[in-house]
Amino acid sequence: MTTDRNSIIGKVDWPLLLMFFALVIIGWLSIYSAGLSEGNHAIYEMSQFSGKQMIWMAASLTLGFIVLLLDAKFFDAFAFWIYAIVLFLLVFVLVYGKATKGATSWIDFGGGVKFQPSEFAKLATALALSHYLGRQDAELTRRKNRLVSYAIILLPAALVLLQNDTGSALVFASFIFVLYREGMPGAGAIMLLAVGAIAVFVFTLIWSRMVMFIILGSLFALTLTYYLLNKKKGIGKMVAVFAFFFAFVFFVDFAFNHVLEDHQRTRIEVLLGMKEDPKGAGYNLHQSKIAIGSGGFWGKGFLQGTQTKYDFVPEQHTDFIFCTIGEEGGFKGSLIVLLLYCGMLVRIIRMAERQRLAFSRIYGYCIAGIIFVHVAINIGMTIGLVPVIGIPLPFLSYGGSSLLAFTIMLAIFVKQDANRLNIL
Amino acid sequence: MSTRNTNRNLAKRQFVIIGIFVAICAIYLLKLFSIQVLDKTLKQSADNNVLRFVTQYPARGKVFDRNGELLVYNEAVYDLMVVPGQVKEIDTTKFCQLLGISHETFVENMAKARKYSRIKASVFVSQISKEDYAHIVEILHNFPGFYFQTRTLRHYPKAIAAHTLGDIGEVNKSELEADPYYKMGDYVGKSGIERFYEKELRGRKGLKVVMVDVHNREKGSYLDGSLDSLPVAGKDIYLGLDAELQAYGEQLMHGKIGSIVAIEPKTGQILAFVTSPTYDPNLLVGRVRGAHYNELLKDPMKPLLNRAISGTYPPGSTFKMVNGLIALQSGSIVPATQFRCNGPGSTPIKCTHHHGPSPDLANAIENSCNPYFYEAFKTTINNPKFGGIKEGYEYWYQMTQKLGLGHPFETDIPYEKSGNIPTRKYYDKMYGGSWNSVTIRSLGIGQGEILVTPLQLANIVATIANEGYYYPPHLIRAFGDSTAIPEKMTTRCETGIERKHFQVIKAGMRSVFEGSHGTARGSKIPGISAGGKTGTAQNPHGENHSIFIAFAPVEDPQIALSIIIENGGYGSTWAAPIASLMMEKYIRGYTERPLVEKRMMEGVINYAVKKKK
Repeated sequence: MTTDRNSIIGKVDWPLLLMFFALVIIGWLSIYSAGLSEGNHAIYEMSQFSGKQMIWMAASLTLGFIVLLLDAKFFDAFAFWIYAIVLFLLVFVLVYGKATKGATSWIDFGGGVKFQPSEFAKLATALALSHYLGRQDAELTRRKNRLVSYAIILLPAALVLLQNDTGSALVFASFIFVLYREGMPGAGAIMLLAVGAIAVFVFTLIWSRMVMFIILGSLFALTLTYYLLNKKKGIGKMVAVFAFFFAFVFFVDFAFNHVLEDHQRTRIEVLLGMKEDPKGAGYNLHQSKIAIGSGGFWGKGFLQGTQTKYDFVPEQHTDFIFCTIGEEGGFKGSLIVLLLYCGMLVRIIRMAERQRLAFSRIYGYCIAGIIFVHVAINIGMTIGLVPVIGIPLPFLSYGGSSLLAFTIMLAIFVKQDANRLNIL
Repeated sequence: MSTRNTNRNLAKRQFVIIGIFVAICAIYLLKLFSIQVLDKTLKQSADNNVLRFVTQYPARGKVFDRNGELLVYNEAVYDLMVVPGQVKEIDTTKFCQLLGISHETFVENMAKARKYSRIKASVFVSQISKEDYAHIVEILHNFPGFYFQTRTLRHYPKAIAAHTLGDIGEVNKSELEADPYYKMGDYVGKSGIERFYEKELRGRKGLKVVMVDVHNREKGSYLDGSLDSLPVAGKDIYLGLDAELQAYGEQLMHGKIGSIVAIEPKTGQILAFVTSPTYDPNLLVGRVRGAHYNELLKDPMKPLLNRAISGTYPPGSTFKMVNGLIALQSGSIVPATQFRCNGPGSTPIKCTHHHGPSPDLANAIENSCNPYFYEAFKTTINNPKFGGIKEGYEYWYQMTQKLGLGHPFETDIPYEKSGNIPTRKYYDKMYGGSWNSVTIRSLGIGQGEILVTPLQLANIVATIANEGYYYPPHLIRAFGDSTAIPEKMTTRCETGIERKHFQVIKAGMRSVFEGSHGTARGSKIPGISAGGKTGTAQNPHGENHSIFIAFAPVEDPQIALSIIIENGGYGSTWAAPIASLMMEKYIRGYTERPLVEKRMMEGVINYAVKKKK
């Protein structure tokens, strides 16, 4: 069976698409409002960020539609080619890229058209990983398969990190979800260890190393007693885990003072309340919390925000777009947006599980992870739960590369899903 | 089979992942609920309070002369601001009465403000005096959305040096775009040192965020002032200018068109920067600025033009110093070299002065002999050591550049002209490559294509006074907070001409005042030795321009100056006496020649009549 042009509209998953459209429209309106500090301008005026975003929206929708018309097997078949091209672009941008705000991640086509390959690196990695793990014999229980998977993920992540774009590199951690779902031994343990490590990191910084040793030591003594009394197996593993955390406590101070850069260190200190600095490094966070907080339950109303219009909140149309939503939409607005994201993620995972092709399922999990990490970091940063890391809010933030990449990412999945009944 | 089972088992893991997603979403919603609904400290407008962002304007830096005399200071005025989005129904008739504006003006200003921004403040009525302010502020609470903002205007107690000091005015569109520091309605330096030292003078604006209730009353600062920032006052500036000398120069130039530039040779600091006609800088301040500016702009005498940097003139005989120096340095002549002068019968350039038939260099300067300098110029560019006239010309051209001609100094004087020293290429193009020393003979006596600004001319004199080097002429002497002045202005520029050559030229210039034939012997200053040179620049549009350059005292020069009087005839008529008075005034502090002084100050050149000739 071949894809029928006339029936594709009937086969796509409309709930997912509606959530997508809702987010894009909310983003567009917010970008308009955030940019409207001087003069009265219409939303479509090219002098406004919203006007430019409109062009990107049109381009994204067009490309997304083209993706729906392509053969469903196209992206599986060309996954590695797409991956190779993106890797090449990442290397290219390192050599010839244009630096903005400390990160060398742009290719400038001139005339104001810039392109950020790192936005597409996530998409390409998702395709490559899905293609690789989607093969018949790609059980993650095999060591070789695991190593290749790691390589597929870490290679672009390293290149993005070299561009000094820590935020985007961090997003590659999202692939842990798909590895966990595909049964990689130890993936669950890695997630738990990561949560544990973040906790140890935070508490070591807030309290002192000594206190951490006492706490960990007592925990270890208790667990050991429990293991010995109940004659439980796996005592070796348990000891190894504690050894890891003890070592990690030592590592925290070192990492904090020598590995992190100054601005990253200050952002963490501000987040943990170790430093009060509302005018310096804490400025963004402080202002963004004021803006969101001032929205109240019902919000100030569309275009009525004040905090996001006095240049108080920096980057308010890009990374801090959620401030405008929080201020003008209030808790009501925040709730709608968060529920849209949450609904979208759950929907993607439920859809992934109904796929007949391993490629489609794995790909679904990949993009769910990517979107989740973006949303969690971005919104977490604006409300002071995560340190300030500059990555866009999917579908909402101003920026062509980001919107294009996320739209195509989603369109590919929608296409796979629409085609699922054609697979025997 | 195992794959299937595994997959079914693994499929359960979706719920772990969904659980994580939902959990994070729930945590975020709780946090959002906490800061948006529960936390009242982050709230601002629950009871209709609005925030007002009051810009705290810093005091602009003051300007002093070299002796600490105050030249520019600030006066407080008040701008009535409006935030259109906060304006409620008001009694407009009463409001207009209060402000003394018409209803049309009210509507017009309101529309303008609304067009700029509904939520940002714009100036509604600017520069309200202290008295009116006191009157209005008492009942302003009846008019929500309006408030006062303190501003400062410039004031000039001495009313001199208008062009040098420059003025400030509201930022225009391109200035707004060029620097995000400026907001609509801000003032920015438009000319002179106000423009050049804008960054130093302006200081840094501060911001005060205050809460205002529905009755337009300020309820104190927002968030305990954690968002406020204090303004930082601008730096004071000390100029090299001597206010007394400047004022004296402006008096002397009254009724004449032209300029005086006086430089302290040892530092390059400008002592007097006179352009005439001038105007009272206080005219271009405040609300009357626009009207006065237009008036000055229309004046046929062009008082807004700073002739000291924007006027370019053929230097005439004053250029003979330059040709003499280059001829000496290139080894084409020695001080004793004599050239034949046949007076009015000389070719290709005749001599207009009466002196002996074979002058040497010092003699030629004293008598301003044309044929001598034509010959010296010709000998230089034809010097066989250059291998050709074009190469010789190139050498001559390079030397003029080193003497500071043909290009602006680009120190701290905006809108400086380059003047013109023609390049070799220019002549190649003009004469199709076949030209020689006769073709360009006018250059020998400072005519032809050569154009200099009075500033460049004064700098040549300073270089001669220094015997070989100069500091790029500049206005700044020091900043009030003792920040170093830009390095460019303290960097010594070498001319590459030996000191001994300058000494010959200096001796010649001294005899211009003191020699029996000296062209300025009538302007000799009793008791003060000086060197000078007259010049008469041919002017195709009317009477010749009168030029004089001079320095004094010869032994240890304190002042070097150039004077140009447009259509003033011979250099010795107007320019030389004025120069001698300026030097005397600067060195002595007073002058001993009241008659000359009176004649110069009262002398008026009737331009309207002369131009018709």
